[in-house]
Amino acid sequence: MDLLANLSMGFGVAFTLQNLLYAFGGAVLGTLIGVLPGLGPVATIAMLLPSIYSLDATPALIMLAGIYYGAQYGGSTTSILINVPGESSSVVTAIDGYQMARQGRAGAALSVSALGSFFAGCVGTVIIAAFAPPLTELAFKFGPAEYFSLMVLGLIGAVVLASGSLLKAISMIILGLLLAQINTDVISGTARYSFDIPELTDGIGFVVIAMGVFGFGEIISNLGQPAEHREVFTSKVKGLWPTKKDFQDAWPAVIRGTALGSILGVLPGGGALLSSFASYSMEKKLAGASGTFGRGDIRGVAGPESANNAGAQTSFIPMLTLGIPPNAVMALMVGAMTIKGIQPGPQVMTSNPQLFWGLIASMWVGNLMLVVLNLPMIGIWIKLLTVPYRYLFPAITLFCCIGVYTLNNNTFDVYLTALFALIGYAFYKLGCEGAPLLLGFILGPMMEENLRRALLLSRGDWSTFMTKPISAGLLIASALMIVVVLLPTIKTKREVAFSEAD
Amino acid sequence: MKIKSERDFWSGLMFLVVGIVFAVGARNYPLGVSARPGPGYFPLLLSIIMAILGAIVMFKALTIETEGGDKIGSIAWKPLVIIVAAIAVFGAAITPLGMVVTIPILIFITSLAGDEFGWKGVLANSIVLTFGSWVIFIWGLKLTIPLWPWFIH
Repeated sequence: MDLLANLSMGFGVAFTLQNLLYAFGGAVLGTLIGVLPGLGPVATIAMLLPSIYSLDATPALIMLAGIYYGAQYGGSTTSILINVPGESSSVVTAIDGYQMARQGRAGAALSVSALGSFFAGCVGTVIIAAFAPPLTELAFKFGPAEYFSLMVLGLIGAVVLASGSLLKAISMIILGLLLAQINTDVISGTARYSFDIPELTDGIGFVVIAMGVFGFGEIISNLGQPAEHREVFTSKVKGLWPTKKDFQDAWPAVIRGTALGSILGVLPGGGALLSSFASYSMEKKLAGASGTFGRGDIRGVAGPESANNAGAQTSFIPMLTLGIPPNAVMALMVGAMTIKGIQPGPQVMTSNPQLFWGLIASMWVGNLMLVVLNLPMIGIWIKLLTVPYRYLFPAITLFCCIGVYTLNNNTFDVYLTALFALIGYAFYKLGCEGAPLLLGFILGPMMEENLRRALLLSRGDWSTFMTKPISAGLLIASALMIVVVLLPTIKTKREVAFSEAD
Repeated sequence: MKIKSERDFWSGLMFLVVGIVFAVGARNYPLGVSARPGPGYFPLLLSIIMAILGAIVMFKALTIETEGGDKIGSIAWKPLVIIVAAIAVFGAAITPLGMVVTIPILIFITSLAGDEFGWKGVLANSIVLTFGSWVIFIWGLKLTIPLWPWFIH
């Protein structure tokens, strides 16, 4: 069977000592940084991206995958222990997880979250291995018009779930697309919006934007709040293991969460965020009056945590097969692949099978590492949280600065980051989200190229996007998504879901 | 005319201005025709959409009532200025002065942004981070970052 042969090739790649070490190192680094308050996977990956420059493509991506899982688990840890979700998808974990921690059951919450995530990760890995090849076949049927429409769908999908105003989120995408226009036009070689600055003709590095907007914008707004509001609450963790009753309650929630996450993760834009919200509301509904949701129900941790990990796993599918990043983390991964000279897309599987299957196997290994690493070390992660913020933020600033500098050994990038730190704070103050901007920025050049090629092929006829069936279907789906979100009933539900999360 | 949502009003204005600026800029590049789009085609298209969206966001901010006016709130000038300045100083200092000098300067400046500044803490943090950065970036990852000031090597 192909699936088994491919998977065993992947495990052959992943189980070399070198790659195991990179997966482990990535998971350690990711957890270490992800566990710092306010630093989610996006910021962590952006920060650690320069560290992979000296590696080959396969170990580099394996290490990044490790970092991703580590950071995601680290984010769950902070949301349980100190009620500070590292990223949007662990927001719901904080609701019941933090309550459990306050009752001294943080150990149970943390281990259920680790075990649930591991189970979800195993299922997710098998799903990727099974469904990536047929989806790749489909991807080869895609021409420029289809790609353009798919990117529209991906971008729209990413914002309909954004927590703020839909209109502003779409505006941020367009802003990202516009920022990506600062480059040298691929087709004609014209330098655009460069103001005769040679560094700008290569375009703005996405790490520069990610660090400025996510990393520094976050630090400045944290510092803007008086110290009392930042004061983190650490309690002693009593008993690492969940009780027998905890397990009985948790396992059905884990299975339901995994199923939901696996399906929703594949949808462009859906991914981890949607699945954790969906799982939380489903568990709450199923439990009915018997649940103690909001007051420390273990199902409120087990379901969403499994769902977000399964979603995180299957969200690699659109990235690996189509080269379309469904969220900001994947956008960074695509960026990393490009840096390594791999153009993400359907050809990766045929041209770099070692990398493709190695990465899939490494995802599973990364998950395993997390459980091995975190169960015994929960106590230590909590210690790390007691580092006072006054030591932490200079350190974060420093690592970001060094990271940006080493991108091209160029101080221009550092100055540009300072500018984006300013812009990032403005976005924060204006309630504009950074993630859609980054997605637009990453997809900008690809969208332009495909749009122009599609128009060239159709001799300037815009209707080509609606006459090709796949393309038309994708565009209709995007339109439907907007309509559905704008419908009054869904709109209130969406607001309820997000207000519960606060 | 009263602003009903401060945040949306200024975001809308920002989108509108960016749209107009990019649209003006796009006129410097050949537009082409839709059968053969030139380098100015996509930017112009985007900047027009940007400007329209900005105008709609602004219009909504002026017409739709929000709770409490959706105020922007006070701006954290101190951390904003200090952090941005610290990044710029790092950029200016790293090549001539190297990590050994630049890192303590950066730590000192950024620590000023917090409200719990202490000399001992800054000193300890500088020593730990300078050594740590050397271990991680130069010894471990073998990146080429200047370590010592120019007059030493």
